[in-house]
Amino acid sequence: MSSEVTHYNAVTRIIHWVSAVVIIGMFAVGLWMTDLSYYSTWYKTAPHWHKSVGLLLAVVTLFRIVWKCVTVSPKMDGSPLERLMAKTAHFFIYLDLMVLFVSGYLISTEDGRGIDVFNWFTVPGAGALFEGQADLAGFVHLYAAWALIVVAVLHALAAFKHHFISKDNTLRKMIGVS
Amino acid sequence: MKKTLLAVGLAASMIASFGASAADYVIDSKGAHASISFKVSHLGYSFIKGRFNKFDGEFSYDPNNINASSVEVNVDTTSLDSNHAERDKHIRSADFIDAAKFSTATFKSTKVVDKGDGKLDVMGDLTLHGHTKSITIDAEFIGAGQDPWGGERAGFEGSTRLELKDFDIAVMGPASYVDMELHIEGVKK
Repeated sequence: MSSEVTHYNAVTRIIHWVSAVVIIGMFAVGLWMTDLSYYSTWYKTAPHWHKSVGLLLAVVTLFRIVWKCVTVSPKMDGSPLERLMAKTAHFFIYLDLMVLFVSGYLISTEDGRGIDVFNWFTVPGAGALFEGQADLAGFVHLYAAWALIVVAVLHALAAFKHHFISKDNTLRKMIGVS
Repeated sequence: MKKTLLAVGLAASMIASFGASAADYVIDSKGAHASISFKVSHLGYSFIKGRFNKFDGEFSYDPNNINASSVEVNVDTTSLDSNHAERDKHIRSADFIDAAKFSTATFKSTKVVDKGDGKLDVMGDLTLHGHTKSITIDAEFIGAGQDPWGGERAGFEGSTRLELKDFDIAVMGPASYVDMELHIEGVKK
């Protein structure tokens, strides 16, 4: 079945590249905003946007996973070990994104406050689900973010390896050119 | 005729909005830069302090015409918090404020009197436990100006003593009243 297509479909490609840009941006903004002084003009706006984008990315990612399950992906190139490593990395990226969405939500909602998404709608808060929620979730969020960036760098290096060293179609499948 | 009325109405409202330099503020309960606290006697030996965690409101304030100011606040009485869940349950029950039945308390100012030196009397109707009574809040202007995030803010504090029998709330122990402490910061609309 998976040999029926030569490239990832357009929806998959768009979500992949948009997610890549958003995730790198969210990581940078996340590190920067948690270091802002209270008197910075960005002190309120940056976290507001970070939370808004994060929740929207959560919705996109859930769709992305469903989409991946119901559409056909092209066959993977490389040795059995490479394919296993790739699949492990992809699985980790999805799982870690979920950890980031959940932990991020838990930081902001311990006191029952909802999260405003760009003054567009509010995601209700579930309140305190366990002791020390905001602190523990914050710890998990930071390290999960670093882990995601490390794995994303490996993921990119692997793609370059396939493109420049193995000279196969791995990267082209996601760019959409032959 | 209808059109004329509409035009007159529009003109009148425009004059009203341009004529006054009063500004409208939303109380920053979202950012928790406002609080509604109470202090009530315990056995006559000490005091319990508590607060209402959920409320919202707006006020209008014109430093050049303080008497024209007004304020309106809605308090979710089910959000009572005295740092003791069992006690909160008891105070919320029909024995006291009956928060299930009277889940909102409201205050609407009727008159503001500038006493000078930043002090003001805010008179208005407080509806609590289904009973409405005119009260006076002894208030003080704290400060106003730009905040670091592109907004403008103004803040006040106030206090008032509520006689529990005025609102048909049971008195327990020697004190017949509860003292309210209000800290109100608003963000300009």
